[in-house]
Amino acid sequence: MEIKERRVISVIVINEASVLSRVTDLFSGRGYNITSLTVAPIPESKYSRLTIVTSGSVRVMEQITKQLHKLIPVLRVYEHADLVEKEMALVKFPITENITDINTLCEAYNGKIVNVGENVIIAMVADEPKRVDNYLKAIKRYNPKEIVRSGAVALER
Amino acid sequence: MQISGAQMVVEALIAEGVDTVFGYPGGAIMNVYDEIYKQDKFHHILNRHEQASVHAAEGYAKASGKVGVAMITSGPGFTNAVTGMADAYMDSIPLVVISGQVPMSLIGTDAFQEIDAVGISRSCTKHNYLVTDAKDLPRILKEAFYIASSGRPGPVHVDIPKDVTAQIEEFNYDIELDLETYKPHTKGNPRQIKKAMEAISKAKRPLFYLGGGVINANASEVVREFVHKTGIPAVETFMARGVLSFDDDLLVGMLGMHGSYASNMAMSETDLVIGLGARFDDRVTGKLSEFAKNAEVIHVDIDPASISKLVNANYPIVGDVKSVVEDMLEHSSKVNPNRYEPWRETIKNFNELHPLTFHEDSERLKPQWVIKRVGELLGDDANISTDVGQHQMWTAQFYPFSRPRQFMSSGGLGTMGYGFPAALGVKAASPDKVSINFTGDGSILMNIQELMTAVEKKLPVINIILNNNFLGMVRQWQTLFYDKRHSETDLSVQPDFVKLAQAFGGIGYRVHTKEEFDAALKDAVERNVVAFIEVIVERMENVMPMVPAGGSLFNMMLLEKKEK
Repeated sequence: MEIKERRVISVIVINEASVLSRVTDLFSGRGYNITSLTVAPIPESKYSRLTIVTSGSVRVMEQITKQLHKLIPVLRVYEHADLVEKEMALVKFPITENITDINTLCEAYNGKIVNVGENVIIAMVADEPKRVDNYLKAIKRYNPKEIVRSGAVALER
Repeated sequence: MQISGAQMVVEALIAEGVDTVFGYPGGAIMNVYDEIYKQDKFHHILNRHEQASVHAAEGYAKASGKVGVAMITSGPGFTNAVTGMADAYMDSIPLVVISGQVPMSLIGTDAFQEIDAVGISRSCTKHNYLVTDAKDLPRILKEAFYIASSGRPGPVHVDIPKDVTAQIEEFNYDIELDLETYKPHTKGNPRQIKKAMEAISKAKRPLFYLGGGVINANASEVVREFVHKTGIPAVETFMARGVLSFDDDLLVGMLGMHGSYASNMAMSETDLVIGLGARFDDRVTGKLSEFAKNAEVIHVDIDPASISKLVNANYPIVGDVKSVVEDMLEHSSKVNPNRYEPWRETIKNFNELHPLTFHEDSERLKPQWVIKRVGELLGDDANISTDVGQHQMWTAQFYPFSRPRQFMSSGGLGTMGYGFPAALGVKAASPDKVSINFTGDGSILMNIQELMTAVEKKLPVINIILNNNFLGMVRQWQTLFYDKRHSETDLSVQPDFVKLAQAFGGIGYRVHTKEEFDAALKDAVERNVVAFIEVIVERMENVMPMVPAGGSLFNMMLLEKKEK
């Protein structure tokens, strides 16, 4: 068995119609996984940056990189080894939960409470994806009503 | 000059030097057809089905080395063409396929004959475009031709809404393309080339593994020179037939599922595979873990993704085969051809042990005889296309191909119905050669309507229908692997092929004997008209030798030897 490893790839693409479908179609058509995908324009350029978290063996990763390169609007593909990686999560709690506890917990994960309304508290954290996992485990006892994760973004060191 | 989008399409085709367009009109593409009507710079061939238009463009492209052009309308016109595009994608055939689309204002409204064409073609083209503004049209068409024909060639689809073909804008085709994200690598890395040449000079049993990329790169001549300078034997893939001439001493044969014993054994015994423009397809390699098990691999390919995709390359060289082989030739003085004499001897023995042959032991004609016979009678004077199935494999095995671009067949996708329309394109590109389509009684019915195109446009293709009243290749697998349960492959109920040809204005022959066949072929060639020659052949003949799917190349089912 080939070992499947979690990998992060950045893809720089021309910011044009259907470029995202080209990338995602390639993954689905060739049977590759997408764990998460984020995309946003690169400021002051005609390019966008996609950050894809995927998994696969060394051979599969090599194919993914090469196949992505073959797409006409793809400028560059980076398969990151040494990187800074962050992900954001937003969580909605009932107003009845202990707001101080939640705030302290958020602070430990590089976050804070961002909104308190009549019925709910909304908190955010931004941290490494693994730590976000831990945070989400830790808040379970405060009965989160809704959780949304952004998917990872990454930069090479 | 200020012209409409439709005029731009026509002007661009003329500027690209297109002399033949294959297509079928319809609502969304009518503006363009109106402009085609008004011009006389290129021919338009009206096929009777859009799939056939794309296959015809493929045949044209393969025979001529130019970009093939197909034009179709939106909706069903487009979806009919998808098989052709997928076929061209798999076999790396340069095409530009132009389709009409409903007007921009109707896109997304489920309009009449609307379909998300670029959404569908994305996965079966090298690239595609939806043109939303006629201002972009000159650039997009120029890019389409460039992308289709450069790097690893392939089909490019351009979808143009009807209002864009009506829009009037400035047309200037004399533009420099600026594709900063697409720069195919043609020159091979000199250091890798040097290392590869050292490996060749040190190998004891090296073997050229030639693929269709050699033909696409127009590298056959330089590859022939390289093979002879080094004295290294060569095997060809199905797609590479004709790179070396059939009578070349260094050509071992075709390898793979229905390759010759000697070719497959040579590949199993070699210590250095020299892969040129080949992609280690599963029909070639058989069981991957046993493929060329003791060999190092040099892999030259224009497509980096083909290298080390299936078989790890010790010497990966990304580049155009022609350019790389030219560079390799500069180092070829290091290679002593005498060194490989024992290896050539070994391969000769393989060939003598189990030569590629067949037995003439039935009352009915053997299909292999028919193919060989056409080779004897026409040889180099014919261009050969095929459909898909047993006849296709027999053609690849037994026709004496002597030059590149002589053989067109659907290799990657395996599209039944490819042969006849492709042969029309071949004939249009190469009118001085006889255009033969070897087909089966199953395949021919899949684009039978092209009889009308052929007769109308006076494209005298000779279709040789090897009729065994079976969907032969599937029947063969059923016989061998499904305990003779011939599920839905018996084609005993058939049209009268002679009358069928006649009904469209062609001529038909039904032959049972060698004498009848010779007479029919001679007559058809002399009369130079669209013909069906239906040959009644042995029903239960199998394509041999055979590597069962997933098996190892050295583990072949062989033709039973006959006592003489």
